[in-house]
Amino acid sequence: MTLEAKNLTFRYPRRGTGPVLEGVSLTLRAGERVGLSAPSGRGKTTLCRLLAGWETPQAGQVLLDGAPLPRRGFCPVQLLWQHPEEAADPLLKLRTTLYEAGPVDPAVLEGLGVRDSWLERYPSELSGGELQRVCIARTLRPGLRFLLCDEASAMLDLVTQARLWRFLLDYGARKNLGLLVVSHNAALLERVCTRVLAWEDIAAPRRT
Amino acid sequence: MTGNRRRSTLFLLILAGGLLLALALAGGLLDDRALTTDFSRKNLPPCPAYLFGTDWMGRDMLARTLTGLSLSLRVGALTAAASAAIALVLGTASAAFGGWVDALVSWLIHLVMGVPHILLIILVSLACGRGFWGVTAGVTLTHWPALARLVRGEVLQLKGAPWLRMSRRLGAPRGKILRNHILPHLLPQFLTGLILQFPHAILHEAGVTFLGFGLPPEQPAIGVILEESMSYLTTGRWWLALFPGLALVLVVVLFALAGERLRLLLSPASAQE
Repeated sequence: MTLEAKNLTFRYPRRGTGPVLEGVSLTLRAGERVGLSAPSGRGKTTLCRLLAGWETPQAGQVLLDGAPLPRRGFCPVQLLWQHPEEAADPLLKLRTTLYEAGPVDPAVLEGLGVRDSWLERYPSELSGGELQRVCIARTLRPGLRFLLCDEASAMLDLVTQARLWRFLLDYGARKNLGLLVVSHNAALLERVCTRVLAWEDIAAPRRT
Repeated sequence: MTGNRRRSTLFLLILAGGLLLALALAGGLLDDRALTTDFSRKNLPPCPAYLFGTDWMGRDMLARTLTGLSLSLRVGALTAAASAAIALVLGTASAAFGGWVDALVSWLIHLVMGVPHILLIILVSLACGRGFWGVTAGVTLTHWPALARLVRGEVLQLKGAPWLRMSRRLGAPRGKILRNHILPHLLPQFLTGLILQFPHAILHEAGVTFLGFGLPPEQPAIGVILEESMSYLTTGRWWLALFPGLALVLVVVLFALAGERLRLLLSPASAQE
């Protein structure tokens, strides 16, 4: 399985004039853990949104094994949003959020340390770390092939971060997942990834 | 403070709902009394037997006022509910589908908003043959755009929310997304819009009827009562216009107040005050 970004160009509608991304290409293979680090505002998060199918690029393509991402149903490429409090509907109990698209493997919940009592609460009643673990749990479904972690652990304390990454690496290895880890934390990327890219490696030089 | 406001809002809502029910019942029960003419008691000023007095045909003005209000409230309830439903469907469809649906709905909104309300109501009412259904259609067809625009904006904003994109990419079915994510977020705006629609609808109904384009003169509607009483004001029969007018204002103020309180309570900007 390969996730490929080919020459992506993207601009947000009605937001400034220039494109956020221009000529960005990236290839991610199953079982690979690729780190990406770049200064703020370069478009890392936008790239993740495109790769996960949240947005459609104006030019270029996102291909999964040579075919476009499915438009309906469970998308094999999932994005872990960097603000978990925005990733869960504030008016729904977490049990609804967690199971709304289908069942979740109990072993995943246990491995992430998601307690059953959390699921009776609303998103505002959990800490960022607890919420992020629920959000991770709902993406780890059988159809998942690639997981994009956009600063997914930045809101956690170091012990929890270590535990979370150990679980994710272990889960990824078992399921042969491809991981894209976006972070400002060079030590984390060094530790977790099989290769680390800088922005210059994936984007054409900016015309200014 | 919040507890107080919550309680007073609840009180107002119950009062408005109770009044609605009581008037609807009274209208049914008093229908005969409101139409009974008795020339032995014509032109009586307010007295213990006839609290609101009687008119030039000896009809009991209290019964006429209550029946008229009941009719107005029925028109109000029907039009508010119908126009709010239209607003919800069109607003949601416009934002959810985008493209030409959005263009069409936006065009319709601007079209209806661009024409003065009262003129459009008169036209629609005339086209539908006046009467109860003419007024109802007129008021319904003119009162949905404001709420539809609000709903459209709200849905557009919801569509961009990360949790909604997340749900879609996780493969949650469309119906579930609508039920779980969209409708609960629209509920506050919808309820407030619905209740605030009420006084508008009642006033417009009375206004159109007063102008002679609404309910027929034999029906004891507030607009009809006020229109008839105009010719007797100069002869000093003040009670014919004062009490029905006052009753109409009271009902409208009550609903406006209830809606406004509900808005303050449900809007996140002021909910915590």
